[in-house]
Amino acid sequence: MGQLEGKVAFITGAARGQGRSHAVRFAREGADIIALDVAETLPTIGYPGATEADLAETVRLVEEAGGRIHATKTDVRDYAAVKATVDEGVDRFGRLDIVSANAGIFSVGRAEELTSEQWNEVIDVNLTGVWKTCKAAIPHIRAGGRGGSIVLTSSISGMKADPNFGHYIASKHAVVGLMQTMALELAPEFIRVNTVNPTNANTPMIRNEMTDALFAPDLAPEERTEEALRPRFSSVHAMPIPWVEPEDVTEAVLWLASDASRFVTGIQLPVDGGRNTRN
Amino acid sequence: MGTLEGKVAFITGAARGQGRSHAIRLAEEGADIIAIDIAHDIETMQYALATPDDLAETVRQVEALGRRIMATQADVRDFDAVKGAVDAGVAEFGRLDIVVPNAGIMGFARVEDFTEDAWANMIAINLTGVWHAVKASIPHVRAGGRGGAIILTSSTYALMGAPNAGGYVAAKHGVVGLMRTLALELAPEFIRVNTVAPTVVDTTMVQNEAIYSLFAPELPPEERTPEVIYPRFQGLNAMPIPFVEPRDVSNAVAWLASDEARYVTGINLSVDAGAVLK
Repeated sequence: MGQLEGKVAFITGAARGQGRSHAVRFAREGADIIALDVAETLPTIGYPGATEADLAETVRLVEEAGGRIHATKTDVRDYAAVKATVDEGVDRFGRLDIVSANAGIFSVGRAEELTSEQWNEVIDVNLTGVWKTCKAAIPHIRAGGRGGSIVLTSSISGMKADPNFGHYIASKHAVVGLMQTMALELAPEFIRVNTVNPTNANTPMIRNEMTDALFAPDLAPEERTEEALRPRFSSVHAMPIPWVEPEDVTEAVLWLASDASRFVTGIQLPVDGGRNTRN
Repeated sequence: MGTLEGKVAFITGAARGQGRSHAIRLAEEGADIIAIDIAHDIETMQYALATPDDLAETVRQVEALGRRIMATQADVRDFDAVKGAVDAGVAEFGRLDIVVPNAGIMGFARVEDFTEDAWANMIAINLTGVWHAVKASIPHVRAGGRGGAIILTSSTYALMGAPNAGGYVAAKHGVVGLMRTLALELAPEFIRVNTVAPTVVDTTMVQNEAIYSLFAPELPPEERTPEVIYPRFQGLNAMPIPFVEPRDVSNAVAWLASDEARYVTGINLSVDAGAVLK
């Protein structure tokens, strides 16, 4: 008996990385999945975005895990499209219990150097996209009358700052504020709202040339080998690890989504190798 | 296959309440248990503490799950006694992986009205007792070379003030500081340290006349019924419940203890129905 047997989960940014990991694991625990992903490379991000082939692979993996899945190529900035995906999915699967607002992007630049395009894209996807996801989903969860669990993907960057990506830091801090507000608004209906706050995860958003340059600005690109980079990525953590795997974040999201945490709401759950305790 | 198969957990305050629930929950996941409890009353307390019979009942319930348990009557204020119990447990079971310093007491008075003895006991049990349990355990966890998980029982009151509970509030805030330091000190060895922070839990520590008087000081004792008190408990929480069950806290402890949380360290995990936010 899976931990999410008979439940339906809506996951954004599900084509790859953490979103895919959540979708596959949730399906293995008995959930049906409503998934979306922009499946494009947005103009200002400094790394390749997910593709339609990635999204198709998530569909294959979820079905292989025994789950049903309704997946669309949808941009979280487009409320009507987000709502249509959720509505269709609920129409097909009959209910909605869990939301993983996971879609997020990353780019770099000191605050005074960020372009308006960079700023807006990160805020629109990482913050406003999360709000649109929840706005589209909440009526369906409420309609079930069984409570529910909403897990927003914040970040260690939602708890503490680092230089060179102020727009990302601001967006992830804002997600925490949104979570706290929704937790209070929805607690009377037993709809729980929490954030998961990962450190760097081993996904394409982090493991790319742009982020490598952030950790090794003093090295030439050809010198930025994994061997050279691992100690630098590790240096931000208390535990001697360079990053966490998407599956580690999934375990936290799964726990928050399950009834094992039935009275846990309004919390930030770091998956960060102790980074939050360091100054 | 449980998530804690083959592991050994040390739990303080295990005779009843959350400690017993943790022992049972971790045993369900396959752990063997080293348990201690003071199992007698102490002078400054406003409610009855656990008894040897309570501790025996924990033993019975863990063994009913097919797990082993070594239970000792020991006071967390007595480091030698704590160390003796842990050492004996590790000698018997061969290893130590999980530490749950859970023993805690509640006492009430405005800060200026605390007696020196009552204050000293709040700190000695709720803070120094936690340190004793950890100090006695770390060498054993380290000796395994397999990492480990330490889960300190903090409280909603580690994150906010509360009138009439100054000793408890101070001690529980101290536990969070201790956790953060331990997390940094032990991270290189993959020994993770976190706190769990419950709101009101349905245990003897809150289901007693002293707590009821705190929540309804204006009423005579005979009118302090659950019907009156529970809505006041519920007033602390954002979700419409008066308290969580011990098992809800145990579920959080079990998750933090498991490899599912292998990179989770230095965090405070609230099981509080939104109480801190509210």
